[in-house]
Amino acid sequence: MDIDWIWGLVGGLMIGAAASFYLLGSGRIMGASGIIGGLVDRSGWSTWAERLSFIAGLALVPMVLRGFMAEPVQTNITTNLSAIVAAGLLVGVGTRLANGCTSGHGVCGISRLSMRGIIATVFYLIAGGVSVIVFRHWLSVI
Amino acid sequence: MMRNLFSLFAGGLFGTGLLISGMTNTDKVQGWLDIFGDWDPTLAFVLGGAILPMAVAWNIASRRAKSLLGSPLPGKPGTEIDGNLVIGSLMFGAGWGLVGLCPGPAIASISWGGIGGLVFLAAMLAGMLLAPAVRTRVNAVAAAIR
Repeated sequence: MDIDWIWGLVGGLMIGAAASFYLLGSGRIMGASGIIGGLVDRSGWSTWAERLSFIAGLALVPMVLRGFMAEPVQTNITTNLSAIVAAGLLVGVGTRLANGCTSGHGVCGISRLSMRGIIATVFYLIAGGVSVIVFRHWLSVI
Repeated sequence: MMRNLFSLFAGGLFGTGLLISGMTNTDKVQGWLDIFGDWDPTLAFVLGGAILPMAVAWNIASRRAKSLLGSPLPGKPGTEIDGNLVIGSLMFGAGWGLVGLCPGPAIASISWGGIGGLVFLAAMLAGMLLAPAVRTRVNAVAAAIR
């Protein structure tokens, strides 16, 4: 029986709880690309310790918990290295140009009915859908 | 110190949610984006489940002057819909669909994503480093069109 949607809902609620805690506790918007990007281009250098702490929690807690899952989760990432490099560059440049990704625009933006968040989410979902059609079904490279 | 602890906790809870929900599994992400293939609805529950508590949190925030730690709460969201927002989101979506990882899950899965995960992360960081230069180009083109 497929119960993945329950795990999706439970995990989603935890993501929302984390974003709520960060907003009400620290006064910050929980956007992964902004937190990481601010360190990379140094625009958020004045808050580097907070950003690094967030990234440490984000990397280390799943590392520990993964071993306790019924079956350890795999990323099942493609072995096509050129696709990986191209995708990484697109995600890095794109999220910084747009000032947000799935967490910042998707979760934190839509939930406050931000027009920028809604527009960004519509565009990245359309592009994501088209990308899967092109690369999976037409070109069969992934 | 408290600010760093709060960040650590928020990052850890975020990562736990990403792990449990399936967001770090590229098959599930691409299965959700693949609306003309064997569509997997899981991620709709992830996004919906995350937006619900956050909508409540924004409502509470609107009635408060400061965060728990005393720092100001975020101001009103920007309203400018410009080329950077649209082009950036299209680029991000194209990359997200191609490999199935977005920035949060790319970090969350760093310990088990293998070489592929590390290469993706390195390319993503390189992209973030290049982004300010790309933004300048986009702005120059936008100004020329106007």
